[in-house]
Amino acid sequence: MSGPRPAGPGPGAAAAGLDAHLVVDRGDFRLDLRLRAAPGETVALLGPNGAGKTTALRALAGLQVLTAGHIVLNGETLDRPGGRGAGRTRRVAPEHRRIGVVFQDYLLFPHLNAVDNVAFGPRRRGMGRAEARALAADWLDRVGLAEYGRRRPGQLSGGQAQRVALARALATDPALLLLDEPLAALDARTRLDTRVELHRRLAVHEGAAVLVTHDPVDALMLADRLVVVEEGRAVQEGDAEAVTARPRTDYIARLVGLNLYRGKASGTTVQLGPETALTTGEALEGEAFAAFAPSAVALFREEPDGSPRNTWRATVSGVHRHGDHLRVQLDGPLRTAADVTPAAAAHLGLEPGQTVWAAVKATEIRAYPA
Amino acid sequence: MSAKRPRQRRRIPAALLVPAVAGLAFLVLPLVGLLARAPWTEIPSRLAEPDILAALRLSLATATAATALSLLFGVPIAWLLARGDFPGRGLLRALVTVPLVLPPVVGGVALLLVFGRNGIVGAWLYDRFDVTIPFTTTAVVLAMTFVSMPFLVVSVEGALRGADVRFEEAAATLGAGRWTVFTHVTLPMIAPGVLAGAVLCWARALGEFGATITFAGNFPGRTQTMPLAVYLALQSDLEAAIVLSLLLLAVSVAVLASLRDRWTAAAA
Repeated sequence: MSGPRPAGPGPGAAAAGLDAHLVVDRGDFRLDLRLRAAPGETVALLGPNGAGKTTALRALAGLQVLTAGHIVLNGETLDRPGGRGAGRTRRVAPEHRRIGVVFQDYLLFPHLNAVDNVAFGPRRRGMGRAEARALAADWLDRVGLAEYGRRRPGQLSGGQAQRVALARALATDPALLLLDEPLAALDARTRLDTRVELHRRLAVHEGAAVLVTHDPVDALMLADRLVVVEEGRAVQEGDAEAVTARPRTDYIARLVGLNLYRGKASGTTVQLGPETALTTGEALEGEAFAAFAPSAVALFREEPDGSPRNTWRATVSGVHRHGDHLRVQLDGPLRTAADVTPAAAAHLGLEPGQTVWAAVKATEIRAYPA
Repeated sequence: MSAKRPRQRRRIPAALLVPAVAGLAFLVLPLVGLLARAPWTEIPSRLAEPDILAALRLSLATATAATALSLLFGVPIAWLLARGDFPGRGLLRALVTVPLVLPPVVGGVALLLVFGRNGIVGAWLYDRFDVTIPFTTTAVVLAMTFVSMPFLVVSVEGALRGADVRFEEAAATLGAGRWTVFTHVTLPMIAPGVLAGAVLCWARALGEFGATITFAGNFPGRTQTMPLAVYLALQSDLEAAIVLSLLLLAVSVAVLASLRDRWTAAAA
């Protein structure tokens, strides 16, 4: 739409985009999350179910009252409970925020057809009926649903409904777009196509976007930056590469398929327990994480001799197919996942309860400060 | 598909079947009796009688007015009960549903005490505006509204509780204020429930007898609705009572039948 936008970094640039500190206290659960998103940037909140991601989104949209903290969007304070002085208590109702939301199950109004669903926002913001319908038709065209304007939500497939929901959220020209698990309700095939389409839409969206997902693939493919949320707090933040290469929690390590341990580093040794240590390729001092891929683990029937600096006895607790190889779960001094080829597994005769020797080369272990 | 499947009908226990059949007979037989005794050849001439037409017209008009009043006040009440967050909500719900269980005659007496010329509201209306309510068509509408509005409230409240509030939240994020959310999202989504409530309410109002005769009296053309006319006819002219009853039956069935399809379509 019209309206002046700050061009490039200027006096207004500091205030552009989203700056939020979301604190929501609900007795047994506390969300305390700092969040920033620049115009044009997509930030993903990634975390397990119950981590508080959706609560954060609802707080941004104004559907959940903040206990403390603030929400500032393009310089306008939307919520600031208990503030004093210039930033005194202020709360903007959801209908007065320039925020578009794509809900998890879309929540398209069942009594309106696709065009009227998309036109709903522009109408509420004062646009005439004919003009709003034309705008809605244009949006449906942009998401490839020009033919479906007269269909009711019940007559749309999941993927189509998702795109109508996206068009509806974008039709109000929001300064901030919120997406709650936008692909979770779709089947695998539709999900792939819709993800590509969504990525294209997010790329041209000029406002900021916050995406909530528990699917790392969605987060990695759609977002410019990841914020990993666990138990109401941000535990890690960064771009896809940084987060996946150096996971800081078991949750992320599992998602990206790495073995992750925490210990105290001294030189190239990371002490994990009183009798357990890993030798790494990089020297480090102090609290540290050590991570290695399951494919870096070699398994032997007898204690190997030779180069690997890290060898230990382990018990096989499980074996299952993982892509074109087998993933072996090992118990022992370290709980470890190891990937072996089916041939190697047959050679070792792997089965639960069996004792094996595990070995990892020091150069395969990444160490980084905790 | 079902033809291939061997029929596995469970035997119905006689202890349930016998009372069920007896109960059905009890419900259906009176209607059959009504139809059997109907003086079919005389019906056209009977229906043309001005008294009957007047009673029918009055009944339809007052029941419709009562339903309109119930919608106007009942839907907001239902919204308060379903969505409101205030102390004493349970008490309020109990109060609203009292007319459901209250004998209609008692309701009529109570209305008379409040809206009668010496009643709290009635005296004021008379002194201030020279308006008298008891024994007028207005009284008929008020009596009907009093007994039938709870049906609408209960039905709409149920619909509101069943409605997903997240649609309302979605509407809010699209810029709709609370009133607009109500008119543009909530109301269309609970429309089947409102319609069902309105039909129940209308049917109850159409059959209203006790409160009407107590509060509005029995004046032909003014307050004599169909049920009152049926009762009166029964004293003198049995055939007239049967014809009037058939007419009421036909109207009720017609309304139910015409709305049934729309209900199921809207609910699907």
